[in-house]
Amino acid sequence: MSRIKACFDAIKAEGRGALIPYLEAFDPDRDTSQKLLNAMPKAGADIIEVGVPFSDPSADGPTIQLAAQRGLKAGATLTGVLEMVAEFRRTNDHTPIVLMGYFNPIDHYGVERFCQEAARSGVDGLIVVDLPPEEAGIIRPHIKANALDLITLAAPTTPDERLKAILAEASGFVYYVSITGITGTNTATEDQLTQAMTRLRRATDIPVVAGFGIRTPEQARTASRITDGAVVASAIIKAMAATFDDGKATEASVPTALEKILSLSQATKNR
Amino acid sequence: MTTPHQKPNSLRAGPDLSGHFGPFGGRFVAETLMPLMLELDEAYKKAKADPAFHEERAYYLRDYVGRPSPLWHAKRLSNALGGAQIYLKREELNHTGSHKLNNVMGQILLARRMGKKRIVAETGAGQHGVATATVCALFGLECVIYMGAKDVERQKPNVFRMHLLGAKVTPVTTGAGTLKDAMNEAMRDWVANVDSTYFLVGTVAGPHPYPAMVRDFQSVIGDEARVQIQEQTGRLPDGIIAAIGGGSNAMGIFHPFLDDVDVPLYGVEAGGLGLDSGETAASIARGSPGVLHGNRTYLLQDTHGQITEAHSISAGLDYPGIGPEHSWLNDIGRVNYVSATDHEALQAFQELTRLEGIIPALESAHAVAYARTLAPTMGTDKNLVVNLSGRGDKDVPTVAAHLGVQL
Ligand SMILES: Cc1ncc(COP(=O)(O)O)c(C=O)c1O
Repeated sequence: MSRIKACFDAIKAEGRGALIPYLEAFDPDRDTSQKLLNAMPKAGADIIEVGVPFSDPSADGPTIQLAAQRGLKAGATLTGVLEMVAEFRRTNDHTPIVLMGYFNPIDHYGVERFCQEAARSGVDGLIVVDLPPEEAGIIRPHIKANALDLITLAAPTTPDERLKAILAEASGFVYYVSITGITGTNTATEDQLTQAMTRLRRATDIPVVAGFGIRTPEQARTASRITDGAVVASAIIKAMAATFDDGKATEASVPTALEKILSLSQATKNR
Repeated sequence: MTTPHQKPNSLRAGPDLSGHFGPFGGRFVAETLMPLMLELDEAYKKAKADPAFHEERAYYLRDYVGRPSPLWHAKRLSNALGGAQIYLKREELNHTGSHKLNNVMGQILLARRMGKKRIVAETGAGQHGVATATVCALFGLECVIYMGAKDVERQKPNVFRMHLLGAKVTPVTTGAGTLKDAMNEAMRDWVANVDSTYFLVGTVAGPHPYPAMVRDFQSVIGDEARVQIQEQTGRLPDGIIAAIGGGSNAMGIFHPFLDDVDVPLYGVEAGGLGLDSGETAASIARGSPGVLHGNRTYLLQDTHGQITEAHSISAGLDYPGIGPEHSWLNDIGRVNYVSATDHEALQAFQELTRLEGIIPALESAHAVAYARTLAPTMGTDKNLVVNLSGRGDKDVPTVAAHLGVQL
């Protein structure tokens, strides 16, 4: 069984939703982000999203844009990100890791080689923001061949008919982009999420997680109660970035991020 | 917008239904935008099939934009070059001073049909921004223009024009603060305001249907030029030259000639400080295929697939990509992609101004620069059409600075 499936099964058995924190690889340097990654499960991360820095993150708000810029400046490459995951796997074999990024670096690396090496490094799934199902044909065979999950995104703008069509091919879980907007900006209301879940449940029975605009423990609790999990990105990055000195990590950086994750996970466990 | 000279097995038939030109193009956008792309595609198809849309567009192109634009036989320039006769397609005479208005007019008429009340656009040189602000003023639409902070600095007159026209100009400081960053920011605005907003892409790039739609709206340039050159010389030209930023003025003049395989076509990329200087905007000459801004095309990128900054003296050519149809036309060998450096463009800018009394945009000066290379290699009985995509008033401060003149 895949780590993702095992994870959702276990969480469901506990009667709660997943907490899925995000970190931008190499932000603000390789060591700091590796330390944070390694410590995330203990702080309550059920699944971890690792952001792959890209020069042109057109779906991201200012917080993740800046994190990506710092990551690139610190030398982030796809190879480097895979090495981080491999290192994480030396001490953790159960927490699923999903890479989130844009298609061009993967395309440039070579989709086949990338999928092979991602699987070998211990990656479980990919979220490729700018690769809609219509264009995903080039990567799908390699995803399957390497037992990875290509996470399907759904949005408030996705009509019901299209939901059915794109979710027919979904595996792992569905990532519901809960607002029309970029990361780290608005937050969906409880009503909006509930209505969206009704629509999504009609189209699929694999787990659905909500992301974009979830900041506070309160919001994470709500989202993980209505859906199967809550993704939190900008709020963690922002908390950590506030500890940087001139763009560099300080003693307080990793603990601050972990504290934020802990408060979010306690909320999702306490529903 | 098929014209009578289209043939079966035409090079003009692309893209396919999902927006691909061979391996290029497509729709690489976030799911939030995908339904909108499909909706836009439908709306455009409907408009394209509606004679009323074409009539409306023809009316505004004639009485507001000022079309047709003349084809001018530049005799003094031709004599000075001592070879082929140069014919200038005078897009700089359009209202607002460039070809950009052709596309803006078409898309805003479409946006109005779709019931959109707010327009967002990216701009580099500011010509597309000015054209957009202009038509928004004409129709009373809210207008937000994203412009790289660096471009705001080097194209000040256009920024003020946009303000006068009632547009909000938002400087973009992320990345290098140029056109590609403005494009990212416009996409972010759009994704956050999908219900009210129409994203007015200024060149033949972006996700399908933009490359095809912008090309169709710009093809009026080539349609007119094809008739005009035959009226003036009795035959088709021996070459057509256009500058390439994203490639819309070039696609517009090339497209009606694609099936005339004996007419060589030359797309002039911005060489910047030189193709091997590392400071260039020549995506085909120095780039490789990749995915950016919704389509697969040639891009300037590093060995890790990160997009690199372009460099050109001309803000409108300072883009690390090129429209996907151009990438395809390059790979099948139909169009020759060449380049002109900043220095060559400056020389051409001055020579055209002195000999013909026409101050070209620095973008268009790249096309003139290549004509200065090509024409002397051809006989005086040969004819070259050069797309003079815009006028150079906006560039006077930049040129003065390069010539060491303080204004
Ligand atoms: C006068 C002029 N020509 C050419 C361009 C380049 O754009 P495109 O390649 O889409 O024609 C611009 C862009 O700003 C422009 O202002």
